[in-house]
Amino acid sequence: MELVAEHRGEMIVVSALGDRIDAAGAIQFKDRMRELTQTPSLRVVLDMSRVAFLDSSGLGAVVAVMKALGPDRKLELSGLTTTVQKVFRLTRMDSIFTIHDHLPDDLRQVG
Amino acid sequence: MNAEAVDFSSSTRLTIPGRQTAVRDGLRALLDTLLLRSLPEDGRGTAEIVLAEALNNIVEHAYAHHDGEIEISLQLRRNGLLCMISDTGEPMPGGQLPAGVLAPLADFADLPEGGFGWHLIRSLSKDLAYRRECGRNLLSFRLDTQQSPA
Repeated sequence: MELVAEHRGEMIVVSALGDRIDAAGAIQFKDRMRELTQTPSLRVVLDMSRVAFLDSSGLGAVVAVMKALGPDRKLELSGLTTTVQKVFRLTRMDSIFTIHDHLPDDLRQVG
Repeated sequence: MNAEAVDFSSSTRLTIPGRQTAVRDGLRALLDTLLLRSLPEDGRGTAEIVLAEALNNIVEHAYAHHDGEIEISLQLRRNGLLCMISDTGEPMPGGQLPAGVLAPLADFADLPEGGFGWHLIRSLSKDLAYRRECGRNLLSFRLDTQQSPA
């Protein structure tokens, strides 16, 4: 799973360039997210618009990343695809995360 | 690994090694069969979620201490997609499938990072059954692929 980070003011936008966050890639995803979010920022937004599939291990990894950021620095998600949305909804994790339909207009070319 | 699924259009069989990367390749091969490509987009997504959880569970638990293969058989029937999965790993603890009850979404620091798998399988499948026979685990379920079960 390739992840690319871009800093915009008080925000770090991380774009997931791979098409799946799954059991085979969950640990690598967590490690890479930790590296990319070491620079302080108020907000971290993960663009998932290219991620077609996420399994329960992938979901656990996203939750772990949010917890690692701490309660004062939120992980926001953007651009959930249909199947990914379904996993968030069925596990009620859609009520935990701030989820945006898409990135703010001036950030859409990230990646 | 041979991830070529045997495809008879209304049924598909695939055998994969019980490893995480093989599950990923196997799911790709299955999702690319004529059988699963014939399903509505929503049904295909549901199939990928449930199959992924069932297969990952086998890799993480049944084959936690030794290697083995996983056999997957899918049949498209009038009442949905019948999925049968077997392995030669450790039996389910107590001979029962986990209840798959979600942990309460309480405090931020205590948010669950796992335990979602069986909840997803149970939420999205019908006629879920498990039995142990001649040293094999046999899991079967049906997916209501014509309409969204969620």
